[in-house]
Amino acid sequence: MMTEHLPAIIIVFPLIMAFLINVAGWWSKKPCFYMALLAVTVSFLASLGILNTVLQSGTISYRFGGWEPPWGIEYLIDHLNAFMLVIVSGITLVTVLYSKKSIEQELPQKVPQFYTLFTLLMMGLLGITITGDAFNLYVLLEIASITGYALIGLGDEKAPLASFNYLIIGTIGACFYLLGVGYLYIMTGTLNMADLAQRLPALYSSNAIMAAFAFFMVGIAIKMAFFPLHVWLPDAYSHAPSTVSAYVASTMTKVGAYVMIRIMFTVFEPSFSIQLHPVTAIFGWVAAAAMMYGCILAVAQNDLKRMLCYIIIAEVGYIVLGVSVANRMGFTGAVLHILNDAFMMACLFMVVGAVYYKTGAKTIVDYRGMFRKMPFTSASFAIGALSVIGVPPTCGFFSKWYLVLGAIDARQWFFAAALLLSSLLSAVVFFRILQHMFFVPVESAHKHGNDEAAGLKRDEAPASMLIPIFITVAGILLLGAFSGRIISTVIQFTVPEGF
Amino acid sequence: MDMEIIHSSRPAIAILVSLIAAFLILLTGERARNLREFWTILASVVKFSVVLSMVPFILEGKVIEYNILSISPGLSVQLKVDALGIIFGLTASFLWIITSFYSIGYVRSLKEHAQTRYFVCFAVALSATIGVAFSANMFTTFLFYEIITVCTFPLVAHKETPEAIRGARKYLTYLLGTSIAFQLLAVFMTYHVAGTLDFRYEGLLNGTRGSATDMILIIIFILYMAGITKAAMMPLHGWLPAAMVAPTPVSALLHAVAVVKTGVFVVVKVVLHIFGINLLTQLGLGTALAYFASFTIIVASVIALTQDNLKRRLAYSTISQLSYVILGVALLTPSGITGSIMHITLHAFGKITLFFTAGAIYVATHKTNVSELDGIGRQMPFTMLAFTLGALSMIGIPPLGGFISKWYLSLGAIEAKQLPILIVLAASTILNACYFMPIVYAAFFREPAPDPHHHGNPGKKIHEAPALMVVPLVLTATAALVLFFWPTFFLEIAGIALQNVTGGH
Repeated sequence: MMTEHLPAIIIVFPLIMAFLINVAGWWSKKPCFYMALLAVTVSFLASLGILNTVLQSGTISYRFGGWEPPWGIEYLIDHLNAFMLVIVSGITLVTVLYSKKSIEQELPQKVPQFYTLFTLLMMGLLGITITGDAFNLYVLLEIASITGYALIGLGDEKAPLASFNYLIIGTIGACFYLLGVGYLYIMTGTLNMADLAQRLPALYSSNAIMAAFAFFMVGIAIKMAFFPLHVWLPDAYSHAPSTVSAYVASTMTKVGAYVMIRIMFTVFEPSFSIQLHPVTAIFGWVAAAAMMYGCILAVAQNDLKRMLCYIIIAEVGYIVLGVSVANRMGFTGAVLHILNDAFMMACLFMVVGAVYYKTGAKTIVDYRGMFRKMPFTSASFAIGALSVIGVPPTCGFFSKWYLVLGAIDARQWFFAAALLLSSLLSAVVFFRILQHMFFVPVESAHKHGNDEAAGLKRDEAPASMLIPIFITVAGILLLGAFSGRIISTVIQFTVPEGF
Repeated sequence: MDMEIIHSSRPAIAILVSLIAAFLILLTGERARNLREFWTILASVVKFSVVLSMVPFILEGKVIEYNILSISPGLSVQLKVDALGIIFGLTASFLWIITSFYSIGYVRSLKEHAQTRYFVCFAVALSATIGVAFSANMFTTFLFYEIITVCTFPLVAHKETPEAIRGARKYLTYLLGTSIAFQLLAVFMTYHVAGTLDFRYEGLLNGTRGSATDMILIIIFILYMAGITKAAMMPLHGWLPAAMVAPTPVSALLHAVAVVKTGVFVVVKVVLHIFGINLLTQLGLGTALAYFASFTIIVASVIALTQDNLKRRLAYSTISQLSYVILGVALLTPSGITGSIMHITLHAFGKITLFFTAGAIYVATHKTNVSELDGIGRQMPFTMLAFTLGALSMIGIPPLGGFISKWYLSLGAIEAKQLPILIVLAASTILNACYFMPIVYAAFFREPAPDPHHHGNPGKKIHEAPALMVVPLVLTATAALVLFFWPTFFLEIAGIALQNVTGGH
């Protein structure tokens, strides 16, 4: 049966394809894009198949090579993994479609290398999501990170330095995670998450376990750019090539958030992360600070991509906040926000890339009159922006709905206020840009005589960029309407017991 | 109280009509302007007809419901047409027809730029306004409320001068800012307390007293009032004068009818259908709100006296008149509520006339200030006659519509035994006369100032704005007059709305 082996196919197929893309690249650059597209499409279809199986028959356990856990590597896929797999592979599919033109322009000499790394990065992210083994997760985390460093380094002239910074800090994060795994292994003698979950409760009072947990949290916080450990992100993401920015912005931090949820509530129990140690309580306050910090710094940016990077930091704050209020509403909001945010960030970053592709515009002032030059792209940006602000009926409103209700349910009025305040701040951030995009001061238009002389002639992005952007826009508009259904079919099963 | 419920897609059609028109307008664009304007007119007529077709059901005491989308339990986009909603829906959709003709005259006379964007945004704004009128729960209301804000932003900034952009930014900051910071929080808290957001005639939160502390309920109420900034209650009224940089038809329909009436309509909804008469009386919040509104009525009128720019004077008059609606419903007495509902419609007809005349004066003479209007009545007799009727309706002098709502409001104040409120109403009437009558006097009885640019005396010749603008304003002025003699239609619907919330006592 094919469907039984889908968990293996989703990882192994892109791995092989990454190798083949590299080999094919020696002869010709042309097939690289199509090979990557094939790899991603297969993974996407496989993830849909997995989600379908999970929805019908519950958690899947897949033993790699037939080895019994806890000795072999086990892929344990419940609703949360399956959900994440679909998000990650879906966003990958959209960005790979988008990448063709953008990469041809920005990296004409390195097409095979790009697609090799890109496919590997997706494989790494999917692997992190699917694996049920704490050490295997580390390996895949490093695969994703190292390919990420390389991809980011392909960007503009400042990219190598930004990537190097990211490499140093990211490696520290990975080491912390590995230390955590090591401590757990010493204490329990196992690396399998399900096995760990069984053995750990007896050891909860041990200092070593506490230290392991702390190592995990700090390591993951670095990887998911959780304030104040986010310092690598704005440089790295803003100097990367457009496609890479769009991809890492919409997936990597979200996968980091997934790992956090896994460690907190699967490997450890909610009783450890919430009651025994005030981890979630501390995270809540830091998350509120992250939201404020991200939005305020975003207001201060002139470079659009950099501004979006700070928005990501705020969005990570939203997700962590939802988890940290430790109730059903908040957790639902957090998981829903992982999905919504992936679409929002993909949309906004792809628009910024498309505008850069067409006009070379980077700063907010460069976007002046963009609605006349690129009406569809600009309209997509507006919808993405409204979603980040949280204006209904876009999907951003609905995750905020659950997050705020979660905060209110937990009687955390401050968090509710912080969520709304950060909405306000993002309204400031985005309407500042929208205003430039929408209106052209009359004087400048007159000075140049007419629209054409002022460079306002309509000149849209190519269809291969517009279509992926439209897919994300459709996602933003539809996910909100279907959020109730998404919650009742998938997300409600991801909520940890006792919430 | 049993109420027959009819399930029909008519309210959804009424909303969709102008949304579809917006797409058609966008597709047609600048190439075929007559076709583009045809879509606007067609949509406005169809929209009004659809709304009108629902009136018989409402008069029979039925309500029409339609579920668009259930998102999750307690959260759905749902429409419900009842007496209160239909009055607002009728007013807004009827005036859209007239404004559409007027708009065409206005933008073509002035050769405005970006006309397609203008008509698109206008159509979407009207869709959302009808959406607010017909929403069945607070979530749907909030959804359409926000859509109105976002799609009127380009209309306010239409001229794209630095001044217009500044005004639009202020507009957006006030409306979007407070709705996110306060109204949305109030919605969340309502949901948290009541577990649903559906409007109920006895008040959604009525009955939660006890399970929720009075403090929480009072906070929710204050958050609503602070968050519904479209009602322009002081001190959060600053956006309305700033929004006067918009083209005049926008000010006329949106900032005298659709946007601001959405604001007061939502206030009325919150007072009657979220809190309910019973709960507000117990909490004593009605009286507090009434005095707050009184403050706005008086202060805004005084500020109006000092404004020389005609549109700004009208804006402050609007701020003052909007608080009449809030005042009426805050009295929580039958006559007060009737007056409040009636004033939504009656003020709309009067105020739109006044804005139309301001636009007509601008198009014909490029004058914007009150001090420049000496003798203009001789040049533009129809326009200024209409202005006079509109002004008299604002002041509340019979035989004009404005008198009726003021009559009921005064009765309401007496029923509530609030003598100070009666004094406020009287004082405001005098203030209204003080800032409107000098304009009428100057227009008809003062000699026009000699115009240095023209030889001879142009002021003696009749020089009206185009017929596309003058006919609409004469029509709305006539309507303000007619509504005094035949208010029964609206009074009957207002009576049903009142019966709903008082349970027929």
